[in-house]
Amino acid sequence: MSFASHDSATKQSAGNAITAEDIREGGSKAPEDVARYALYLGDDALMLAQRLGWWIARAPELEEDIALANIALDLLGHARFFLTYAGSAWGKTEDDLAYFRDEEEFRSCRLVEQENGDFGQTIARQLIFSFYQYELYRRLVRSSDPTLAAIAEKALKEVEYHQDHASQWILRLGLGTEESKRRVQDGLHYMWPYVDELFHDDELIESLGDVAVLPSSLRADFDRRIAEILDEAGLDVPDVAGAYGGDRSGEFSEQRGHILAEMQVLARQHPGATW
Amino acid sequence: MSENNENNVTGLGGSSAEWPLWEVFVRSSRGLSHVHAGSLHAPDATMAVRNARDLYTRRNEGTSVWVVPSEAVTASDPDSKGGYFESAQGKSYRHATYYTKSEGVKHL
Repeated sequence: MSFASHDSATKQSAGNAITAEDIREGGSKAPEDVARYALYLGDDALMLAQRLGWWIARAPELEEDIALANIALDLLGHARFFLTYAGSAWGKTEDDLAYFRDEEEFRSCRLVEQENGDFGQTIARQLIFSFYQYELYRRLVRSSDPTLAAIAEKALKEVEYHQDHASQWILRLGLGTEESKRRVQDGLHYMWPYVDELFHDDELIESLGDVAVLPSSLRADFDRRIAEILDEAGLDVPDVAGAYGGDRSGEFSEQRGHILAEMQVLARQHPGATW
Repeated sequence: MSENNENNVTGLGGSSAEWPLWEVFVRSSRGLSHVHAGSLHAPDATMAVRNARDLYTRRNEGTSVWVVPSEAVTASDPDSKGGYFESAQGKSYRHATYYTKSEGVKHL
């Protein structure tokens, strides 16, 4: 499979990285089980993008506003890739999947649905998720499914930056003032029960073999790297039990409905609207 | 100023102290100079480079970014522009075109 590059006439080209349009027009139809796996990945990115978008015009400084918006847009891009590819299995578009599925049809993990809280809590979630996503994409580039591998390759460079952004802030909040340290430690504590779910293997993933990455195989690297950065920041790895349930089975957190209400309202009130 | 900034690096303290200002220089491609792109606020130099990346290099503009504390820039006085710059007017002998070519000199 090849993905056409769109070289711009101007010097500043967008490069030849994969785009959602490439996937749509490439005409490769995802097998049903691969599509269901792509929903896991796409829904995680979509929910977190929506959550982070809340910070626009609310971040502590204009510059941080833009940084978080950039990360949200990167994640929205990942969601477009995965949902476009997943939709090819069922003759659905990315918009059909994003805007016209109901709560119980999403497959996102609960971590990305958790409330933003204060800046410290959001950065705690960013740290956990970007470190997890980095370990995931780093392996997914070797997927035997060429579309998933191409998406992972594009997304990996962006996630490297998300990790860096979260790490820089964890260090500054952890080593900043008493207040900043307390808040980011509280944020980690708040998010930590949802960490286990990220590394849960299920039947679908186990049946996909080389197409997918076993979440449990990421855990050791994640734990080691998280421990290193938290130690450097003078913060503790929370010692709390994992939240019960989840596992992407259709059980979901109470926050999901609130997120979808805001995300889907326009598309549902004005189907097919463009601007 | 630096004490206030230390208290406010988290952006959480509710302090009215602002992050310091940084000037951003972007090099668009190898072989060219860094060119002033604009300015931004950041708690420290490391974050200033990150913010500069987000603000000024989103469309493949850069291969390298410098940030400089704005307070480290010493500028000419805008009110004495006349004395600084306009005195160059009328001094056309400072331009190569003022001079006539000597006879017999080719390729000039």
